[in-house]
Amino acid sequence: MSVKLIDLQNITKAYGDNTVIDDMSLYIRENEFLTLLGPSGCGKTTTLRIIGGFETPDKGRVMFNGVDITDLPPNKRQLNTVFQKYALFTHMNIEDNIAFGLKIKGKSDKYIRDKIEYALKLVNLQGFGKRMPDSLSGGQQQRIAIARAIVNEPKVLLLDEPLGALDLKLRQDMQYELIRLKNELGITFIYVTHDQEEALTMSDTIVVMNQGYIQQIGTPEDIYNEPENAFVADFIGDSNIIDGIMIQDELVSFLGAKFPCVDTGFGTNKPVDVVIRPEDVILTSPENGVIEGTVTHLIFKGVHYEMEVMAGGYEWLVHSTMMFPIGAKVGINVDPFNIQIMNKPESEDEEAVSVEE
Amino acid sequence: MTRFLKKLYLVLILIFLYAPIATLIVLSFNSSRTRAKWGGFSFKWYVALFSNRDIMQALYNTILIALISSIVATIIGTITCIGMRKMSSFSKSTIIGITNIPMLNADIVTGISLMLLFLSVGIRFGLGTVLLSHITFNIPYVILSVMPRMRSLNISTYEAAQDLGATRLYAFFKVVFPDLMPGILSGFLLAFTMSLDDFIITHFTKGAGIDTLSTKIYTEVKKGIKPEMYALSTIIFIAVLILLLLINRHDDNKGEVNSIITTI
Amino acid sequence: MKNKIRLLTGPYLAWALAFIIIPLCMILYYGLTDRTGSFTLDNIMSIATDEHSKALILSVILGAISTVICLILGYPLAAILAHMKSRTGMILFIFILPMWMNFLLRTLAWQTLLEKTGVINTFLKMFGFNTINIINTYKAIILGMVYNFLPFMVLPLYNSLTKIDENVVNAARDLGANKIQTFLKITLPLSVPGIISGITMVFVPALTTFVISTILGGSKILLIGNVIEQQFTQSGNWQLGSGLSIVLMAFIVINMVVTAIFDKNGEGSML
Repeated sequence: MSVKLIDLQNITKAYGDNTVIDDMSLYIRENEFLTLLGPSGCGKTTTLRIIGGFETPDKGRVMFNGVDITDLPPNKRQLNTVFQKYALFTHMNIEDNIAFGLKIKGKSDKYIRDKIEYALKLVNLQGFGKRMPDSLSGGQQQRIAIARAIVNEPKVLLLDEPLGALDLKLRQDMQYELIRLKNELGITFIYVTHDQEEALTMSDTIVVMNQGYIQQIGTPEDIYNEPENAFVADFIGDSNIIDGIMIQDELVSFLGAKFPCVDTGFGTNKPVDVVIRPEDVILTSPENGVIEGTVTHLIFKGVHYEMEVMAGGYEWLVHSTMMFPIGAKVGINVDPFNIQIMNKPESEDEEAVSVEE
Repeated sequence: MTRFLKKLYLVLILIFLYAPIATLIVLSFNSSRTRAKWGGFSFKWYVALFSNRDIMQALYNTILIALISSIVATIIGTITCIGMRKMSSFSKSTIIGITNIPMLNADIVTGISLMLLFLSVGIRFGLGTVLLSHITFNIPYVILSVMPRMRSLNISTYEAAQDLGATRLYAFFKVVFPDLMPGILSGFLLAFTMSLDDFIITHFTKGAGIDTLSTKIYTEVKKGIKPEMYALSTIIFIAVLILLLLINRHDDNKGEVNSIITTI
Repeated sequence: MKNKIRLLTGPYLAWALAFIIIPLCMILYYGLTDRTGSFTLDNIMSIATDEHSKALILSVILGAISTVICLILGYPLAAILAHMKSRTGMILFIFILPMWMNFLLRTLAWQTLLEKTGVINTFLKMFGFNTINIINTYKAIILGMVYNFLPFMVLPLYNSLTKIDENVVNAARDLGANKIQTFLKITLPLSVPGIISGITMVFVPALTTFVISTILGGSKILLIGNVIEQQFTQSGNWQLGSGLSIVLMAFIVINMVVTAIFDKNGEGSML
């Protein structure tokens, strides 16, 4: 059981009438790679800015190593930030950018020189010290922004959509780079993104947020395989979300057919959301399926075929390595453990449920 | 605390900026003829204003000059920007360099240089010379307002219009021109205001026959200002205030209007 | 087609040649010749005479003081305006509005305010303070310059300050700099284009004015602008007036070059 390094307690933040974060509690353990994931406007960046000290919460406390730092200005906090679009100092060369924090702290010239060299090596940009930020590519500027932050040996590194401005290939390379850095430095990373793939690739823990509430906290596997509500299921990857009735424990009915499942405790004859990942839908010959349908769309995606199947009045999204041509009659099967049952939200507002830790 | 200090600072600066304005407005209601004494509240200068033919003539001249010079400057400035699109960057920066001369040069030098030109060519000083001068210093404002629009113009829309069968001229007026319009408009307004407020260049190029409001006030400074001027300036100030408030409220594209207001 | 479009710049080029370039050449011509038309440096050298050099030096000093005061007053104002999150347009508008009152009338109003028996002194007396007596002194001229040219300082400063990415300032704070360090090391250097542009925008008109000195300085204080103006409107000595203008232009050119060096991207420009 590792320690709570950062502990957000009942944080609320509003801009005018717009409540961005509503009574949120969350802790981050030492040496964790934690990702705040959600669509824009979900409150993830505000959460990060509150941890960094750039915003003060209206209510609630921010604890760091057991000490209340809610009102501490950013320059007094033991954490550093890698900003969106890097925020390098364009009037200073790379060395001076990296040395900025160390000079403020009054470190010796020798120490600063060694640190710059170490940091440039760490981000694979040896020899760039005298260049100006504008002369570097986006990916290189990104690495400098990271180098500038980590030379200060923060306990926690905050990263605010750091890869957002890079192109796809570079983004994937940087993901591995960040994992390597994290392991080499052995510090805590708090990472903000709206890109679910980034979150799933890098994180130890993912916090899915929407409309100022935490929707789910868990490992990437948990979040992907066991989404707790329709929002998470829909936001993480593609999903078939179907209206269903929980007949009894381990038996659910939807689209006019009964499917065995593994969920229990929903009661009897209760309306529920049924979530099935497209790769978990098994297509077979019509007579072997629980439901019968017709293929309406077909796209080759490289590793698999993406198909849409009209069955039981619902358009199923299916990923399969087996190809069925458009118009083909198919049967649909789903393994019981691949059927995910969720309570229906009781009102529109409940779409954004506050989830207790 | 810092918040309070900031507000206090803004208020102090506002007092500094508005003290003379308030003074002028108060003076316009002062029934005494001298500025030194308060003779009681009166509308008489407002009444007198409209029967003062000199001031009315100067007002007419001012508006006429501002209108004609800004329209001509807008036309010349806009077609210049269009022409510059296809030029090499060297010719472009030469033109911009020339355009910057009247902007950065002192008004007194610009005024004198034009005066010398008109004298040596032998043109009679009057409305014509003032107009030529105003057009000259107005064109740069138009060019510098339209240029950024021109630069950010997406040329594919023009090509797309032609691809869809439009002639070049039709494509220009239906596709390119509307894109440039905000820049043209702000350039025009800028030029109009600059012309309206100009004193120095008019002073050197007007000759004896005509007066604008500015030159009229300047001659009166020495002889003693007629209180009707205060009434007129109050009316103009209020009119501008109302006009700008209306523009500000109705225009969604705030940045555009602000850039107009802030450049003046 | 390409060439046809380029022809559109023709009218302006002709206009600029006739009304910008040639007139400047005329100043050079008159400034470098005497009444008979033969070459002379006397007009330019006359700047060295007591009367003219005094006027020039006074103009430079008053212009410089006004510019510095504008910078000191304008920087905090621009910074406060730039950091405002709501109703920015409206507040900017309030600060710019006075510019719409006629320039001469605004300056004249200061005369009324500053006079011995003027508004300010009446108020001071009412509250038992000593009266101030600055009308027709250098102080009144400086006040008039600061009043009229302050917006020329504030606008480029405002523009360059709003262009600074908020996260760059946050990054400095994040790296341990306190507010003063952040200002000195980040905000101030990044606003240099605006400062330079503001200085030019204020210094040139302050250096060359003759209106403000006429209205607020009485008839005794002569700035270089007054001297030149008199040569053209009273003495009719165009050669001398042109010669002195050439000297003035030298200052302006230096100013332009400095601006061009510091403000390559036009970041601090007014438009």
